[in-house]
Amino acid sequence: MNQQFIIFFKALWGSCKDLLPIIFVIAFFQFAVLQQPMPNVGDIFIGLLLVVLGLTFFIYGLEMGLFPIGESMAKAFARKDSISWLLTFAFCLGFGTTVAEPSLIAVAREAATVAASGGIIAATEIAQNEYANGLRYTVAFAVGLAIVIGVLRIIRGWPIQYLILGGYALVVIMTTFAPNWIIGIAYDSGGVTTSTITVPLVTALGVGLASSIKGRNPMIDGFGLIAFASLTPMIFVMAYGMVLS
Amino acid sequence: MDLLVEFFNTLKSTVVDVLPILSIILLFQLLVIRRPIAHVKQVGFGFLYVLIGLALFLLGLEKALFPLGKMMAEQLTAPEFINPNALAEDAINWTHYTWVYIFAAAIGFSTAIAEPSLIAVALKAEEVSGGGIKANSLRIAVAIGVAIGIAIGSYRIVVGHPIHYYIISGYIVVVIQTFFCPKMIVPLAYDSGGVTTSTVTVPLVAALGLGLASTIPGRSPLIDGFGLIAFASLFPIIAVMAYAQITHLRTKTN
Repeated sequence: MNQQFIIFFKALWGSCKDLLPIIFVIAFFQFAVLQQPMPNVGDIFIGLLLVVLGLTFFIYGLEMGLFPIGESMAKAFARKDSISWLLTFAFCLGFGTTVAEPSLIAVAREAATVAASGGIIAATEIAQNEYANGLRYTVAFAVGLAIVIGVLRIIRGWPIQYLILGGYALVVIMTTFAPNWIIGIAYDSGGVTTSTITVPLVTALGVGLASSIKGRNPMIDGFGLIAFASLTPMIFVMAYGMVLS
Repeated sequence: MDLLVEFFNTLKSTVVDVLPILSIILLFQLLVIRRPIAHVKQVGFGFLYVLIGLALFLLGLEKALFPLGKMMAEQLTAPEFINPNALAEDAINWTHYTWVYIFAAAIGFSTAIAEPSLIAVALKAEEVSGGGIKANSLRIAVAIGVAIGIAIGSYRIVVGHPIHYYIISGYIVVVIQTFFCPKMIVPLAYDSGGVTTSTVTVPLVAALGLGLASTIPGRSPLIDGFGLIAFASLFPIIAVMAYAQITHLRTKTN
């Protein structure tokens, strides 16, 4: 018990250090640049305390739950030797975690407002909802596909750079053809898809797969799944824009 | 008491967010793998800790950092702060926005350091590389990338250049670096683009972009406000590869 306590306090101290830069930046700009007093000091103090506690619990649980489950599932799939099940799992993981992602829902809604004000779609609620949902499912499908491609790459040992650079080339080519109003949203959609829980799970899955397949190096082959997940949505969202116009 | 109610509300929405992932894992574990989960108690508690941690984290951000950060973004981009003597018909002078760029870089750096998913990937990378890659160095490299990215992104909003010129040039840099940097780091570097933009960075950076775009005449908050996130996910890739190249060169000269 005592030892657990020490580990916990060490983690707590680590989280404090992680937050120091933000506190410093905000304090500096508030006092030195904007020259204003700090509002609601009490609230801010409580909030910071919660952030530190939350970060500590999160990292604690990461090592206890998220990493082990991701790796053990990767190993079980590798032992089972069924590529089709593994790929189905990969797709479900990508699609399922993205479709309900709150930041994606927010961006899709925002994008619908942009499209309505630009006259791309009708300015009615139904048309906007339809557009936002279409965008969400497009991105979710793209992420599902990305994890499938990424897992296939790990199994086959394809070098990552050709796939990613090929993807970049596709993004560049599509940018010249896609309608202007979709480009900003498309570029952003790559960044918003990877949530705080998906990232550790997917990373553990990749590393677990790479370390249980013979001839794969977990460092070279295990990482890279997230890179696919932030690339394919750009391509698919631009395609979505091209189809709509 | 209010705080407790707020906490349970945040916890509830976190659980709802995690539900799809949890059901997919359980479904495949029970129907396809058909094997009990190893150390099920430990994993269960781990999940519980992650949920509680994330809920506390989000609640704390909502209470302390987001309102303050958003307010600062608004104040820093307000015309009265940028140039109180400017007339409405004056052209935008990008040099007046120095504090905005500095704030963009500082907030980008500091939020990336506190980003939970970046911590997760950095821990894993240190473990897998057997300590060859230090979690903290990786996080600092990524944070520098985010800082530069968001500062350049803010500059772009101020001057109003189209976004794709910047992103495509960034891609070209990535392509060139890929050929020259140590192979071990390439996949990790590509990954680090996607991990930086989640819980902490996105709301603050979006507020900055919206503040900028809505106060500068001729910019549309809806079109120009977007796009900072894309910068924040491109530049870490460049920064991490640069970090690997520098370490590589240093060990070679020694």
